Amino acid sequence: MRIVAIAVFWAILLALLYVLRRNRSVVFWPLLALSCLLLFNLFSTPQFYQLDWRDGHLYGVPIDIINHASKVGILALGMTLVIAVGGIDLSVGAVMAIAGAMMAYMTVQMNMPPWYCIAAALVAGVIAGMWNGFLVAIMGIPPMVATLILMVAGRGVAQLITDGQIIIFNNPTLTFIGNGFIVIPFPFILMLIMFALTWLLTKGTAVGFLIESVGDNEVAARRAGVNSCLVKFLVYVFCGFCAAIAGLVQTSNIRSADANNIGLNLELDAIMSVVIGGTAMTGGRFYLASSIIGALLIQALTTTMYAKDVSPVVAPVPKALVILAVCLLQSERVKRYLASRREAV
Amino acid sequence: MSSDPILTMHAIDKVFPGVQALKNVDFTLRHGQIHALMGENGAGKSTLIKVLTGVYPGDGGTIMMEGKKIAPTSPRDAEAHGISTVYQEVNLIPHLTVAENICLGREDRVCGVVRWSKVRERAHQALKRLDLKVGINVDKQLSDCSIAIQQMVAIARALDVDAKALILDEPTSSLDEAESDELFRIMRGLKEKGMGIVFVTHFLDQVYRVSDTITVLRNGELVGEFPAAELPRLALVSKMMGKELDEVKELEKRVAVTTASGRRTMVSARRLGRKGSLNPVDFDLKEGEILGLAGLLGSGRSETANLLFGVDTADSGRLEVDGKAVKIDSPARAVRLGFGMLTEDRKYSGIIPNLSIRDNIVLAMQAKLGPLRKIPPWKANEITDTFIKVLNIKTPSRDQLVKNLSGGNQQKVIIARWLAIHPRLLILDEPTRGIDVGARAEIEALIQKLRDEGMSILLISSEVDEVVRNSERVVVMRDREKIAELEGDALSEQHILQVIASQAKEETP
Repeated sequence: MRIVAIAVFWAILLALLYVLRRNRSVVFWPLLALSCLLLFNLFSTPQFYQLDWRDGHLYGVPIDIINHASKVGILALGMTLVIAVGGIDLSVGAVMAIAGAMMAYMTVQMNMPPWYCIAAALVAGVIAGMWNGFLVAIMGIPPMVATLILMVAGRGVAQLITDGQIIIFNNPTLTFIGNGFIVIPFPFILMLIMFALTWLLTKGTAVGFLIESVGDNEVAARRAGVNSCLVKFLVYVFCGFCAAIAGLVQTSNIRSADANNIGLNLELDAIMSVVIGGTAMTGGRFYLASSIIGALLIQALTTTMYAKDVSPVVAPVPKALVILAVCLLQSERVKRYLASRREAV
Repeated sequence: MSSDPILTMHAIDKVFPGVQALKNVDFTLRHGQIHALMGENGAGKSTLIKVLTGVYPGDGGTIMMEGKKIAPTSPRDAEAHGISTVYQEVNLIPHLTVAENICLGREDRVCGVVRWSKVRERAHQALKRLDLKVGINVDKQLSDCSIAIQQMVAIARALDVDAKALILDEPTSSLDEAESDELFRIMRGLKEKGMGIVFVTHFLDQVYRVSDTITVLRNGELVGEFPAAELPRLALVSKMMGKELDEVKELEKRVAVTTASGRRTMVSARRLGRKGSLNPVDFDLKEGEILGLAGLLGSGRSETANLLFGVDTADSGRLEVDGKAVKIDSPARAVRLGFGMLTEDRKYSGIIPNLSIRDNIVLAMQAKLGPLRKIPPWKANEITDTFIKVLNIKTPSRDQLVKNLSGGNQQKVIIARWLAIHPRLLILDEPTRGIDVGARAEIEALIQKLRDEGMSILLISSEVDEVVRNSERVVVMRDREKIAELEGDALSEQHILQVIASQAKEETP
């Protein structure tokens, strides 16, 4: 039974890879890397394919991976758009902390109903995004510098909100966000919803097209009548919104607002996911689904390390090597070299 | 004065996905020869140069440099073989000084430390060999120099590496008359010293002024190599276009211009200006009229257009559209008023290189509709296909990335972008720059057709004959000021040149 399920899974995966390759899709490379990792685990870590059904929930290593990848996946959605307009947002980790602190503060200190707490956290994220957008799009500060400000100051803001304490909360609605299950973990569902929302916002409207035009040649886009300032501003606001949601997930998951540690270094994972996904750091064309695959790849790698008992101290090295491989495979120069080799043979 | 060949390219092939860019092309450059490489856009001039300088690997054929077979892998490698290139867009580093640019990558070092005094000395030497009339301070930052000087610096760099073959790719497209003359003088000087020069340009006059030999390419194939003295202008044009001589003569005729009076004024500028870039000017533009803006580079012609289109904001004067005062502070606002503008620098402010032809064409339309009302794909495709057909854009498909098109086709894509929003006023800043004769005739015909359909057009061009041929009225500018407005019989190439050259301000007739 289990063998049949695994076989079906691999058949679907291979078919998908084949179709993506034929369409020269950007998603192919990150998905290929993920498949290689899964193949490796198929032989060396059988528990990777272990799914259990208990109390109406699915459990197992694959479920843990998608669960843990969700927050980075959500961050990567906003980050993809920011990178697509030629920017970068280093502050998302700090914004996660602000949003988490806001939620905990509202429920514990103010005794607000949970929906108010969630709304307050999201508003905090949006305001943070507006701040970044203001600095980058209106004041014209280079994105790396502008968002570095909030990256550093944001944790201070979160500390102010929590008054330097770790606020613990127990509201069932709020803890559901990070721990709940509807067959599969709620954070993953939330990521899928965010993906659908982002996809609709960008591809369902012309927003994605305008983002790509601004990212590829801002001057030309402006001269064609595109309000490039507004496009950039909104993209940072959206990124702040995504960061707030990711912050809710993590805060809820640990049932406490820890201003020092929530979202720590996650901005780097988010940027990495986007890069693995094939969106160029110089801006232009962007690939949402591909960024999500990038987030899954990073988490799958981490989990593999744990499963193989690799010490957490050295775990980043193999991780970095795999990521390097994916980036190399995507580089134009390597592609050209491989193509010329193939012709020679 | 042809002698031994320096450089021989034999049976060069180059294939791009879907296009054979070069087919069996031969090219020979001799000592002391200025050899013009001519052809329409997409003829393969740039590709040939890029194969020669190692930007692209060739797919077939051989390159011989002074009897030795070479295969340059990069421009730097080509430089090491004695082939130096000066590109249309000067490929130097703006934030470095003149001396640093000349010696970049080959600085004199002692234990890895650059000996700046030696570098400056070498830069001096190289510039001296150019025998310039103006002095160039080698310590000046390059971005503070004019384009003409930057061009000279690029050539000086070529001399510093002892290049035997110098390639000048559209060197005069951003130079004014006097600057071009200076460049030609330098080219002749280098020729005397035995250097071989490949001169790529689309200015017919200039070809005849300096070249000894002309090689014509068409559609990636060699048409032939001719001594310049034995190839009349019309024959050259017809060889480039692959058309009969009669058709070409047709082109040279002045396009019939009707001066209809009693049309409504659409745009009216009064004392419109901006400190530091344009002294206050007055002009009116009627509906369905082509107004020309003539003047030398830096005379204020592009600056006027930029104020009108909101690229820069005017800080003085008044602008009225349909009798109502307006303030245009961004291109987006200008687009909402029904303006469109083809900008001067296609690469910098025109194309979105990594997006498709379709996306480039519908961009202005989408910007005008706003982000929420997305143009459905079928409609975008329909619009694109229409323009590909009407404007004769040469491309395998509408999904082709714009960066893969030739210059003339890129220009047509941007024109299509504006035509798609049916503008009331179309500003054309150098619409035929860097474009071959055939595409140029097509664009000029299009301008007349749009005018007949009631569109107002502001035409800016550094080629006076083009302005005269197409405009009903011409505003002449000099030193950031309007100095005359000519129409009717007063409108002639000669008269405009006289006005520009004259010292005193002329009264508007």
